[in-house]
Amino acid sequence: MSFAVPANLEAQLDELVTHYPQKRSASLMFLHALQEHFGYISRDAVEWTARKLGLQPINVFELVTFYPMFRQEPLGKTHIKVCRTLSCALAGSGELRTHFCSKLGLDAQKHAPQTTPDGKFTVEFVECLADCGNAPVVLLNEDLLPKVTPAQADEIVAKGKSK
Amino acid sequence: MSAPATTEAKPAAPTAAPAPPPPSDKIKIKVDGREIEVPKMMPDWQGKPQPTTMLQACQLAAHEVPHYCYHPKLPIAGNCRMCLVEFGTPQMGPDRKPVLNEDGTPKIAKSVLPYEPTTPRGAIACATPISPGMEIYPNSPATKQMREAVLESLLINHPLDCPICDQAGECKLQEYSVQHGQAESRFVEAKVHKPKAVDLGPRIVLDDERCVLCTRCIRFTKDIAGDDALGIVNRGSYNTIAAWAEGKFDNNYTLNTVDICPVGALTSKDFRFQMRVWFMKETKSLCTSCGTGCNIVVGSREEKVYRYEPRQNDAVNSTWMCDSGRLNYKWIGRADRLQKCGMRIAERGMLEVAWPTALKGISAKLASAPSSSVAIVASARQTTEELWLLSKLAKKFNALTDSVARNGEGDKLLVNADKNPNSNGARLTGISGPQLGANLAKIAEGIRSGSIRTLIVFGEDVTKHGIGADLLAKLDTLIVSDILPNATTAAAHFVLPGCAHVEKRGTFVNVKGRVQKFMKAVEAPGDARPEWEFLHELVHNVTGQNGFSTIEGLFNQMAHEVPGFAGLEWAKLGDTGVTVQI
Ligand code: SF4
Ligand code: SF4
Ligand code: FES
Ligand code: FES
Repeated sequence: MSFAVPANLEAQLDELVTHYPQKRSASLMFLHALQEHFGYISRDAVEWTARKLGLQPINVFELVTFYPMFRQEPLGKTHIKVCRTLSCALAGSGELRTHFCSKLGLDAQKHAPQTTPDGKFTVEFVECLADCGNAPVVLLNEDLLPKVTPAQADEIVAKGKSK
Repeated sequence: MSAPATTEAKPAAPTAAPAPPPPSDKIKIKVDGREIEVPKMMPDWQGKPQPTTMLQACQLAAHEVPHYCYHPKLPIAGNCRMCLVEFGTPQMGPDRKPVLNEDGTPKIAKSVLPYEPTTPRGAIACATPISPGMEIYPNSPATKQMREAVLESLLINHPLDCPICDQAGECKLQEYSVQHGQAESRFVEAKVHKPKAVDLGPRIVLDDERCVLCTRCIRFTKDIAGDDALGIVNRGSYNTIAAWAEGKFDNNYTLNTVDICPVGALTSKDFRFQMRVWFMKETKSLCTSCGTGCNIVVGSREEKVYRYEPRQNDAVNSTWMCDSGRLNYKWIGRADRLQKCGMRIAERGMLEVAWPTALKGISAKLASAPSSSVAIVASARQTTEELWLLSKLAKKFNALTDSVARNGEGDKLLVNADKNPNSNGARLTGISGPQLGANLAKIAEGIRSGSIRTLIVFGEDVTKHGIGADLLAKLDTLIVSDILPNATTAAAHFVLPGCAHVEKRGTFVNVKGRVQKFMKAVEAPGDARPEWEFLHELVHNVTGQNGFSTIEGLFNQMAHEVPGFAGLEWAKLGDTGVTVQI
């Protein structure tokens, strides 16, 4: 698979660099743009960014691995973010995530976001989703779901499987 | 042209010489209750004067503050917090005048948390400048508590596998845990597991679980080696040292990261699992792989060399050395080392003989050699003392002499294009002219024309340098000393087994004129002897001159006779040498 950034996107990014006193300051903007276009940030995208900004790939990779919003792999069609912060944790979000994982054959012991081999689901723990009063909270793709029960979780899984 | 010898310590390349701070600029502080005056400014990692830090001041007061991320030759990072100390500064009144105690001494306000005045607030000693009247408490209960807490947090995810760790015995984590840590772990949660045995590069293996994230390795490779190859990936307790691609950490200085890694995270593939460090003998020596002459420590055990490590010399190599020089020691233990004296007898071929027989045979041959019929090729890998002894033979016979130039590539940090360790020794003793090898063609021509009948070769295979086997066959006498067999030793009438530099003592003069001595680490194999020892005998037999049978005496006599070394003494060379005018 060859990696190619469309000419207009590259032109946009080249222009963007001119807004910063130093080239490397544009790193995050590059990564956002590339993730939006490709859906995730591949190793090629890291190398491309490093080349464009006169950095070593490891410098860019540090950023990609630091920020949870950057993905190193394509996301599943159904993206389940379970809140892990205090209110939700007290209201059983740990069990909720484990529930999702076991339903989907994922390893609940693992730290990082996980995607099912068929590419249908991604499950991950995230920090506070700012709806603490309705714990436990799940962000399903773009929808915020309050007070999610195991039964609701099963529904989400069933629906996602048929997608 | 007797140049005065100087001992000024310049910081190693590539930084420029710092201007020493004016001596009057001193600050009075108290360390652990004792008053001490320290310079206001001290050299930073590049040798530039910067405000003195608490850590430097404590060092001057002979209080070692434990630290991981601080390294005197690297930019300060201040990330490990191990160097936290409790401190206080003179209290100021509203009139901006110091508040005094009843006895007239200034009142010290200890640094505390703003809203919790009973809790001391420490500062990291490595990055906090001192100020007049400051008091540092490196041994107070609060300081100890801070250290304990930092250590506890560093050990949270550490595998505690010292019994199988190569760093054991020279590990700061081990040392500090014993000195400052708690006996028991309070940590009951699951440890985060990180990558083990990561193949970072051709010479380096990384165990991420042992890493304390001090970033010394990152700073070294970026700021000193100029290869921005390492970084920290992931977040929080998942932080991991990594290179972009496995196996790609491959500049010529990677092994220095193993030296500066305070724990057993970075290990050398070459040395890993070879030898426990506490079994090894350490000997001060030099690297011989180029004209820089980096100062090293040879680690050996039972007459076997296990590793070279850099030794600090700010006039030469700072605290670093290159990988290729560091790993160039294996040939010393080669099985085909020359171990016996050889003497060729007509009809009977090469015979193994004892030293007295060989030296007597050579002396007899030389006794009848007419003036100008002798030539000498002596390697610029021989020690200065050996080259000087050979120059005495040369003088006796009015011999043509030379060394062999060995040119390669240099770099900006340490590696020099001159691959001989002692080219300047050859020049100063007169064995070679300014241009090494300029006489070789003349020597070849002399042999061809028959005017040169005797050739003495030390440490070179002259068949590779324009004096082929056909020419060697024309000689009446070919006397060769070397360490390993080659085409020249094969053609010799006399073979004298010599020593690797780790098997003897002597000096080299580096490309900048630094005269440096090295010590003996291991015994030579078989009958091999230091060349200066038997050369000394030979010079005595041939010239009647008596010299010194110790290396000290020999060096001092040479310094007395050779103008370039005027004023030098073996003892005054110290561990880091003296610079002479080149
Ligand atoms: S690998 Fe060693 S030098 Fe590098 S950050 Fe970890 S502990 Fe420090
Ligand atoms: S720079 Fe030269 S002297 Fe120093 S370690 Fe490398 S080869 Fe040896
Ligand atoms: S804690 Fe879960 S939404 Fe705030
Ligand atoms: S040595 Fe001071 S913070 Fe690491």
